[in-house]
Parts: sequence; C-alpha cells; structure tokens
Amino acid sequence: MAINIIAEKCKGCGKCVRDCPFQAITMENKLAVVGMACTNCGVCAENCPFGAIERTESSMSNVDISLYHGVWVFAEQREGKLMNVSIELLGEGRKLADQIGTELAAVLVGSEVDGLVDELFECGADKVYYADAPELKGYTTDGYTNAIYKGILKYKPEIVLMGATHIGRDLAPSLAVKCGTGLTADCTKLDIDPEDKKLMQTRPAFGGNLMATIVCPHHRPQMSTVRPGVMEKPVRVPGRKGELIKLDIKFKPGEIRQNVLEVVKKVGEIASLSDADIIVSGGRGIGGPEGFDIIRKLADRLGGTIGSSRACVDAGWIDHSYQVGQTGTTVKPKLYIACGISGAIQHLAGMQTSGYIVAINKNENAPIFEVADFGIVGDLFKVIPAIIDALDAQEK
Amino acid sequence: MKIIVCAKQVPDTNEVKIDPVKGTLIRDGVPSILNPDDANALEEALCLKDANPGSTVTVVSMGPGQAMIMLRECIAMGADDAVLLSSRAFGGADTCATSTTLAAGIKKIGDYDIIFAGRQAIDGDTAQVAPQLAQRLGLPVVTYVQKVREYKDKSVVVERQLEDGFEVIEVPTPCVLTCIKELNTPRYMTIGRILYACESDCIKVWNENDVELDPSKCGLTASPTNVLRSFTPPPKGKGEMLSGTVNEMAAAVVAKLTEKHVI
Repeated sequence: MAINIIAEKCKGCGKCVRDCPFQAITMENKLAVVGMACTNCGVCAENCPFGAIERTESSMSNVDISLYHGVWVFAEQREGKLMNVSIELLGEGRKLADQIGTELAAVLVGSEVDGLVDELFECGADKVYYADAPELKGYTTDGYTNAIYKGILKYKPEIVLMGATHIGRDLAPSLAVKCGTGLTADCTKLDIDPEDKKLMQTRPAFGGNLMATIVCPHHRPQMSTVRPGVMEKPVRVPGRKGELIKLDIKFKPGEIRQNVLEVVKKVGEIASLSDADIIVSGGRGIGGPEGFDIIRKLADRLGGTIGSSRACVDAGWIDHSYQVGQTGTTVKPKLYIACGISGAIQHLAGMQTSGYIVAINKNENAPIFEVADFGIVGDLFKVIPAIIDALDAQEK
Repeated sequence: MKIIVCAKQVPDTNEVKIDPVKGTLIRDGVPSILNPDDANALEEALCLKDANPGSTVTVVSMGPGQAMIMLRECIAMGADDAVLLSSRAFGGADTCATSTTLAAGIKKIGDYDIIFAGRQAIDGDTAQVAPQLAQRLGLPVVTYVQKVREYKDKSVVVERQLEDGFEVIEVPTPCVLTCIKELNTPRYMTIGRILYACESDCIKVWNENDVELDPSKCGLTASPTNVLRSFTPPPKGKGEMLSGTVNEMAAAVVAKLTEKHVI
C-alpha cells in the first residue's frame, strides 16, 4: 500500500502534517508531500477533510499462496520444558485454524524431547513436526533457523507463530528472510479476515501510542511473534492424539556458527511476571531501591509478585526482568497495584488489560488514574501499611 | 579494523503524549534522537576502535534528510564517517525491505570486520532489522549482547542476555551483534568533535543508484507486510477515586477487592 496525495483535492491546510505520527509529510507550495519517513500507517488518509489522500495497494509477489496450508506454532522448549507462551499460542493457533478451516501443527525443535509431543497434542496440535538432532539441544540462531526452514519449505504452512521471547525474536527475523516473507513483531492480537482468510496482526507501535494492524497479503508463510502473557492457554485434553512427523535434519560441519560455550542462570529470585495473578509494582515514587521493601511486603501479604516501571530499572534500582511495559513484560494479572507509578504510555501498554487495577499516587493528575479501577491519592509509604493493616483486620 | 554501526533516528517516544479529548497523538515538541540501543552499539564500536588504533567506525542509517543531524551526533561522539541511505524509493519500507537497503549500503562500504546495531528502535520495537540484515549479508548474528568478553583474531566471545540469565557465545567474524543498554554507557560528544561534525563533509548520502539497488527491490514495493490500519488504543474507562483518610481509603479498597473475589 502506498500513500498518494491527490493534488487537485489538496487544499494545503496542513492537517496531515500535524496528524502524521512519523513527521513524514511536509507542505510545499500549499501541497502536501509525503517523504520517506512514511510508514503507510494511513492516519493522514483517514483524517484528511478533503479526501485528498488515498492509500493504494501494490501487489508484488510471484508466490502461489494457494499452496500454503495450516497454522504452525513454534513449540519453544528450554531444557525439555515448554515455554508458557508456546502453550498460549497453541490456544490462539487453534482458534485461527478453526476460523480458516485448516489444521494446527506444532514445530518442536530440540534433542531427545520426545516427551513433549503428547503435551502438544493435548494442548490442541493436530500434528507435531519434530526436528530432533544432537546439535539442536540448545538454541542457536543458525541451527534452529535451518531446521525450521527445511520444514517450512517442505510442508508449506500458511501461518507461523512464535513467542516474542529472547529466542523467538532472534529466530523469527532470520527465518523470515530465509523464507522470503514478511514478519510482524510482538503482536498482541491476531484475527482472520472473514473474507479472504488472511491473518490480521495487531501490534503496538510508537512506544504503545499507536496500534497497527498489519497484513502480509502476497507472501507465505504469514509470520508473527506474539507477546508472552497476552493469549489465553487452551484447556488441556488428556489423551488427545495427533500425527507425529519427523523432520529429516542433518547439519554440515560449520553450518551452525554460534558456538554456545556456557549458559549462566541468574542466581536468586527470578521475576515471572507473566504468570502472576497479583502484581504490586513500584515506580519512581518509591524513592530508591529500598522502596521495593514496602512493595515486596504488600506483594508477599497478597501472595503476589513485585513489578517495576521502566524508571526504576533505568535508575538501577531493580533488575530489568521486573519491568512491566512496552519494552518490558506485558502482564495480565487478576490484580495490578501500581504504587508511585505515574503511568507513562509505555507502562500502560504493558498492564492495562489487567483484571483490576489499583493506583496509589501522590499526584491526583497522574495518567495512571485514567486506567485504574480504584484510585487512591496519597503517600504510598502511608497507604501501603494501611492496606496491610486493613487486610489483617479483615482476616480477624 | 573496519567497524560498521547501524543507527536510526527516532522520535523520543517517552515524550509522546495522548490528547485526552481527541485521543490522538500530541507530537509537538517531541524531539528526534539517536535510538538508545544504537547509542550502545556505537559506544561498543568506539571502545573497540580505542583498543585498536588505526581502526575506523562508519555509521550507516536509512532515513530522511533530517537524520543527518543524528549522524552528526554520531560523528561528534567519535565515529569517523557516516552514510545516509536516503531516497523516496526507500520510503514505506517494512523491516524486510529496510534490511535489503542497509545490506546494499554495507556491501558498497565493503571490507568490514564487524557490524554493531541496536537491539531495537523505540519507534517500532521490532528488533527485526539487524538479524534480517545478517541473513542478507550471509553473516552470523548474535542478538541481545550484554557484554563482549573477548575479541579474538577470527572470532568474538559475547554474552547474550536471556530472560533468566545469559549464554556465552563464540561467533566467527565478520558478524552482526545487536546491543542492549546493559552493554555500556554511551560517551558524551566532545566540543572538538562537535565542531568537526558540523564542518566536515564526512557524511555521504546515497540513493538506490549509488548502492545499485533496483527500485523494485526497496521501499514499499519490496515490503511483504503492509499496514492495514492504525489507531490509537482505546483508553480503559476511568474507575473510582476513593476518598477519606488514608485508613478509610485502605479499608475501602480491601473491601472492594474482597467483594469482587480478587483477593
């Protein structure tokens, strides 16, 4: 699609210049001119009062898309354990496959992880494509890219979904280029166009300020990475079976160029925000690293876990694995308590779909109150102890 | 050594606000900056140059003419020269087409030892372009580099960040490394370098002809993905502001959450 200015209709009002989120439009001799910063987002075309801006579709691919069938989910495993996001994607993939009227398959890559095959069937996969080789024991960009590429080449799926983990976000772009297709990163919503059965991929852009729905009309497979914690896990059906297809994988010496020398696990507490039912988060208002003591106290009292805004992570008060938001983790707990967090858009983008949101902030105009179910204006160092007291009182 | 850094000029998305009435983006006064992760990439390149006298650092960017300012900043930080890939033909590119254009530019520069890029740009947050670039150049890639342990003769040993730790990876050079903020603290520009950056003509501007790229292979026409529509996310409705003393508000919120069976 391209943005074209219809010169006869353009009145040179400059509205599009102001509306463009990417500063891509300039006014030359009272005529709007689209520059190369244009991302074809279409905001200008929608808002032009004179209908002087049009988006046209450009078709350019010689891929026969009718040859591609089925929805594939990359079953990411680490040390023989499936990642939660892969199970979530099986849930979402099932819905998409049913809407298209096709099958759902999982792609399992690893070494001697046969034990996961049944779990994938029970989570909704009709087929499991299994790449099993000693070289695939741990993740490498080249090893996994080449293994899955062979599968895609042979079996031609129309959709390939992967979790937007540190591994998925490394694998997907390499794989997409190898397949000569497009890729949409960090999707938060997937739909099937009821008319042409194409995948509509919605993702936040511009720091969460803008949502974009992206299509990949003329290339296959349609590939997306999906944020962990966004899609719903399927109901597991014990005993459900499917078809296991082994991929023939052999590597030439030197084919895998990344040599993993060592894997180091973080010692101590690891934040697992995306699975938490209750999250108590601290922001700049907690004043310093010791401010997390009181945050942790409330989280412990509620049986929840702690989170953080980007400000605290940037200040070095807490590890980045605790960061909630656009560049951190997207969370959807039953209860999110934001303490001393003003509510920058990039933070809201990562938590506003929580079940209930409680905001505690000194500043009554803080944007966090715009998304809160319950807002308390006050000093968190007074409010949190009072909440703990109230919890104690209620228990008695 | 010949070191290449990929950089992008981005709007500072932290400064973007939403008009609460119209629900549209307020972009007035939003500054354009060197993408933060790219600053870490440049810093790593400059450290490598410092350790290997005689090395050069070349910054490559694809973008409109105004990205020259960002490239001058890179020169003022210590880069030797820069290339801006700029043409209407490059416009409307998705990550796939962007990587093709960058690859063409880097091939023309040629003869490089290592390429650094930021993990992702804050306007799109895709983290796709650098691995795609590596694939197009036939180079190995390591993403999320949090530390470079050792530069060897024909390889480099790096730490790649994972969600729950990191892995130590050795890759042969030349390769593409994508950098995150844990890697280093970018240096400041110096007065002398700022003056040099403003006066010198060390920034080249190349279009599709300069990098020998067919217009059908770049920009919008070479982009497999298209934006169908974009919209500002609907704000979640504002809830209830509690009132009273601290103890009253605390008791109220506990009662309400209990009533809804949340706690």
